[in-house]
Amino acid sequence: MNAPVISARGLRKRYKGQDALAGTDFDIPRGRIVGLIGPNGAGKTTALKAMLGLIPFEGQLSVLGLDPRTQRDALMRDVCFIADVAVLPRWISVGQAIDFVEGVHPKFDRRKCQAYLAKTKLTPKMKVKQMSKGMIVQMHLALVMSIDAKLLVLDEPTLGLDIIYRKQFYQDLLEQYFDEEKTILITTHQVEEVEHILSDLLFIRDGRISLAASMEDVGERFSEVMVAPGLIEQARALKPLDERQVFGKFVCLFDGVPRAQLQELGEVRTPGVADLFVATMKGTYQ
Amino acid sequence: MSTIKMLLQREFWENKGGFLWAPIGAGSAFLALSFMGAIAGEVLGRKSGVFVNGVNISGIAEKAGDQEIQQLGAGLDLAMLMAAGWPMIALGFVVFFYCLSSLYDERKDRSVLFWKSLPISDTATVISKALSATLVAPLISGGVAILVGFAFLLIPSFWLVLHGANPWTLVFGPASPTQVAGTILLGIPVYALWALPTVGWLMLISVWAKSKPFLWAVLIPVFAGIFVSWFDIMMAFDLDSTWFWKNIVARTLTSVFPSTDLIFLHDGFDRIEINGPEDLRSLLSWQSSLNTLASLHTWIGATAGLAMIALATRLRRWRDDN
Repeated sequence: MNAPVISARGLRKRYKGQDALAGTDFDIPRGRIVGLIGPNGAGKTTALKAMLGLIPFEGQLSVLGLDPRTQRDALMRDVCFIADVAVLPRWISVGQAIDFVEGVHPKFDRRKCQAYLAKTKLTPKMKVKQMSKGMIVQMHLALVMSIDAKLLVLDEPTLGLDIIYRKQFYQDLLEQYFDEEKTILITTHQVEEVEHILSDLLFIRDGRISLAASMEDVGERFSEVMVAPGLIEQARALKPLDERQVFGKFVCLFDGVPRAQLQELGEVRTPGVADLFVATMKGTYQ
Repeated sequence: MSTIKMLLQREFWENKGGFLWAPIGAGSAFLALSFMGAIAGEVLGRKSGVFVNGVNISGIAEKAGDQEIQQLGAGLDLAMLMAAGWPMIALGFVVFFYCLSSLYDERKDRSVLFWKSLPISDTATVISKALSATLVAPLISGGVAILVGFAFLLIPSFWLVLHGANPWTLVFGPASPTQVAGTILLGIPVYALWALPTVGWLMLISVWAKSKPFLWAVLIPVFAGIFVSWFDIMMAFDLDSTWFWKNIVARTLTSVFPSTDLIFLHDGFDRIEINGPEDLRSLLSWQSSLNTLASLHTWIGATAGLAMIALATRLRRWRDDN
């Protein structure tokens, strides 16, 4: 029951002499919404493509108990993915896409899809090439949410969308799709928009996982302190991960320092994922 | 099985323009031109009074002997085949470019990531594309060709009616349109078999090329030909380089054009004696299709084609949008 949905050991992939994945280990448990977050070129998309059996790789990787390299056909019955928004064929119409997915996917529910589409401006005759980017995402999401998959992988699903579509996207995903039997893996740059729906974080940097924690753990481990004036040297002695200045005040980020101790330094709060991300990724592009 | 059916349906949706409208367009254009030609002829004829060898048309039926009627029939059959040829020529181009883009376009527009997000094996995908090229498109074109052939026979029929003659005795009697239709239909499975090496080659390039599939598809065999000619490599097998150009280069690139098997298996048209419509008619008959089936050359080519399709399937496994 609690076997991880995805389990990677020593996952390695080289592109033209450079490690895109440098012996990565991670586990993704069932029923979680996991954010795979990293700077450009950190290996996010490579990791996703490995899980989806789209590229060969070295090391061990098990997705739903299957090896994506050799058992891809079986795997795709239980895995869905949206790789960016612009991958729906431009010639296809909404009606054709529904007919097609229904024809090839045993776990597709046509009524669900139509119910979802009824809430949008999409009509069956409409072709992808006539749609805006936001509408294409709505259509893709409608198709994917109507498939009763065990794992849904989203690679930058809202890239290039305006904020209304982005908010709607994650809201629909959370309210109409997700349940404890399903696992969702998301990569995105727009960390602020997903942080409230994530249950787990995976930070990836230079092809390695630099942080793997549930959001509860993050709340316990990391603290951000608005350091009271004059106490900054004391704060620095506790080796903050990062310090920055906000309106002349120092804000320090600590990993694993007890809150009671930090409260003496100033106001303590749980850092946002974005702050945590920026702090742990410092120096990436240097 | 339902997956394959759905995939064939999908190929048709995407390629309706090529599979359906191209042969209809080619056939209609030919019919329109012929019809205009008939009208122009009629107008000219009216000016001078219509007589053929000094006999008024309505009298021809009674005056013609058995041999003339037979020749007339062969001529009409041939005309019908020629008319039917237009959708088939269109088919050649459609299949060529369809195969060339079949596994390339999905990577270029990145829709491969959508297709691969569904439980469809590479084998099913590639098979559906090969079947679309060798059977679906030819069946549609064949159907259109038959209709165009029949429609073409209506032109002289109307003309005869206009001149008070009976088209049954002068067109549909002597001609054998159902046989022509049968020849076209029988030609389709033969076409499928014959076209396989080109279909396989183009699909292989389509899945392999990172850009410019057309150039790769054409240049590789052509440069191979030049290389072989230059160094006289075929001498080693007691063959000359013409053999290579014909059996490798031309066969790889042109087999999707209908009736190229006739040119190949007769060693060009020079060896065929054509003294009248009957000879041409017999060349374009179902016996010729059977000849193609009986030739070892056809089966070796088909095997090579299937091997390339199998290789294309393997290559698609690790192809994504990059």
